[in-house]
Amino acid sequence: MKTILSGNGAVARGVYEAGVEVAAAYPGTPSTEILEEIAANYSEIYAEWSVNEKVAFEVAFGASLGGKRALATMKHVGVNVAADALMTAAYTGVNGGMVLVSADDPGMHSSQNEQDNRYFARMAKIPMLEPSDSQESKDFAAFGFELSERFDTPVMLRMTTRICHGRSIVELGERKAGPELTYKKNPQKYVMIPAYARMRHEFVEKRRLELETFAEEFPGNRIEMGDPSIGIISSGVAYQYAREAFPEVSFLKLGFSNPLPLKLIREFAGKVEKLYVVEELEPFIEEQLRAVGLEVHGKDLLPRTGELSPEIIRQSLGKGNGKPAATDLGDLPRRPPVLCPGCPHRGLFHALKKARATVTGDIGCYTLSALPPLEMMDTCVCMGASIGVAQGLVRTIGGRQKDRIVAVLGDSTFIHSGIPSLVNAVYNKANITVVIADNRTTAMTGQQENPGTGQTLQGETVPELDFEGLSRSIGVTHVTTVDPLEVEACEKVIREALAHSGPSVVVARRACIFVDRDQWAAPLDVDSAACDNCKRCIRIGCPAISMDDVSAHVDQHLCLGCELCADICPQDAFIIPGVKENA
Amino acid sequence: MKANGNTDILLAGVGGQGIVLASGILANICLAAGYDVKQSEVHGMAQRGGSVTSHVRFGEKVNSPTIAQGEADYMLGFELLESLRWTDFLAQDGIAIVNTQKIDPITVSSGAMEYPDDLQERIQARCNQPVLMDAFTIAQEAGSARAVNMALLGGLSKHLDFPLEVWEKGIRNRVPPKTFDANWTAFSAGRKL
Repeated sequence: MKTILSGNGAVARGVYEAGVEVAAAYPGTPSTEILEEIAANYSEIYAEWSVNEKVAFEVAFGASLGGKRALATMKHVGVNVAADALMTAAYTGVNGGMVLVSADDPGMHSSQNEQDNRYFARMAKIPMLEPSDSQESKDFAAFGFELSERFDTPVMLRMTTRICHGRSIVELGERKAGPELTYKKNPQKYVMIPAYARMRHEFVEKRRLELETFAEEFPGNRIEMGDPSIGIISSGVAYQYAREAFPEVSFLKLGFSNPLPLKLIREFAGKVEKLYVVEELEPFIEEQLRAVGLEVHGKDLLPRTGELSPEIIRQSLGKGNGKPAATDLGDLPRRPPVLCPGCPHRGLFHALKKARATVTGDIGCYTLSALPPLEMMDTCVCMGASIGVAQGLVRTIGGRQKDRIVAVLGDSTFIHSGIPSLVNAVYNKANITVVIADNRTTAMTGQQENPGTGQTLQGETVPELDFEGLSRSIGVTHVTTVDPLEVEACEKVIREALAHSGPSVVVARRACIFVDRDQWAAPLDVDSAACDNCKRCIRIGCPAISMDDVSAHVDQHLCLGCELCADICPQDAFIIPGVKENA
Repeated sequence: MKANGNTDILLAGVGGQGIVLASGILANICLAAGYDVKQSEVHGMAQRGGSVTSHVRFGEKVNSPTIAQGEADYMLGFELLESLRWTDFLAQDGIAIVNTQKIDPITVSSGAMEYPDDLQERIQARCNQPVLMDAFTIAQEAGSARAVNMALLGGLSKHLDFPLEVWEKGIRNRVPPKTFDANWTAFSAGRKL
């Protein structure tokens, strides 16, 4: 049967067909939907949201040791978190097949950097598969487990945003059980003390050579001869762009790109006059070809930043169609994403602004508060960084801001990697305030469950993580809880936390508007006679509020009735339905 | 006829306007008609009122998941400002089907910039006889303000060679049953323009 699947949906399907029994992940764009699809459609597979990518990797690895096929998925920067486990799992190898999906984000559609994770496969010396569409995503995902078992190694399936979120036609197959394997105690293979690890490193080098041979015969590495005056080596979505740009020329398409099939590449190079490597981001393939003395063009012509496209490739290779580059449309208003109407984070940042806090930030919806008009977040580096950065900053920043350092991070981000940092703040007596913006969900990636929500990916109810109790147990003495949309209370709680000497924690708790729709209320309106255009409501950055020469206005389709604007309006100009005017 | 031989459709608008759903319906219709098809959109930020585009391409064999600049045969513009922003993607003889609705971005509602008042004229100047429709009013009159996407799909359906039953089935498969009538009414109204 043929159907249309996203690359992520296709990976989920491939994993299902390959008889996988355990799948673990931390949500991260563009990888999130793989586990969501598994949880929604394939109940045969145990699937979990782990608290971070390292744990997800370890869960999958442990499942593999138990003899079953196992999957871990994450976005590119998640592999940084999992890298500690990955680098040594590359030594131990596996029992049941294990595949790691790295979903890279060239162009940074929803990421803080655009690192090229193909280098992780090379660094760990593990095989890497790079699908170019949804059919290959399914096929390579399934094949990855065979490859893993055959060569005793974790396998990286490297996807990118356009493969993950692009939809194309897939032929579905049936689920087949993986091989019958059981847990075997084997310290020399799985206990990486130096004596054993030295032996395993020898194994890794032997495996690397065997993988080089395999790369030559893998059918997903194939020469597609056309006009021999130009030969293009490419992989992933870049292959599709290059094919589109140059339908007539010769191609070597690589589906298995670590280690490289150098013999096949030499054979191809011998058949074409001019050799190009077309790859997104870094010259991963190109540099390896140059190192063995092949004459090749690549990043001398193509950009190293952002996504490629057919027209970028055409123009970089000097075959532009002569169409002008983008027209200058003048100063069109941009349309950046914003905190939703009714978002509880807005109340928090209003209070932080009033407290004149310097805010170190983190990864989540609340990072949008860095943009105008709120402009209340000064840093965003990586998951959990807000608390660590605050502790360094407080030791060097001068003046009054020394007592106004606030780290803001979400519930899921705090659990992911904020907890050790908070322990550090207590241990080293850092005078900072940590705000856990607990909106009862992992919101940014589309409202996933986490330990704070008391729900699991597969719908089980579990005890909710007690953020306040946790903070107290590690030695934070000043711990308060507030509803961020209660304006006065929130301002007071922030003030008091800042006044406290030593680390303090504020749990700003109110559910995301998509988690608790019961809080949606009728839209507010404006008494235009009462409004004096002071613009205070405009400065909270609610997309439902605008202003003309006469007064503020509330968009009746967007407003969810959170009343934050009404609470901060000095003129009481907002009309709350059901409440008497000027009551 | 373009070099790639495919039909390329760009959908551009604002998060929450139903662009992803419309693209999904369109892609499934192409599959049902026996074509190769690829659809690519960027989400993640979509829910938060940002600019959203989706690319749908179909034909005998589709390679790139995204449409090259200047090669879209059709552009469904869900909002005036977003429509102008993406006009570069339209081929010279491409057809723009544009909803005349205006949605203020935060850069405008916050007072930092003005929403341009000449967008319709600029779109008309840059596109070859664009089809302008008030899809929001059409959708409201059809019984669901959310059916803007269906009105635009209706406008597109006139130009594509798929039988009406295929559209009806494609939409019925993807919208909640109780909203089908409103969606279909909006589609039919868009198709008549």
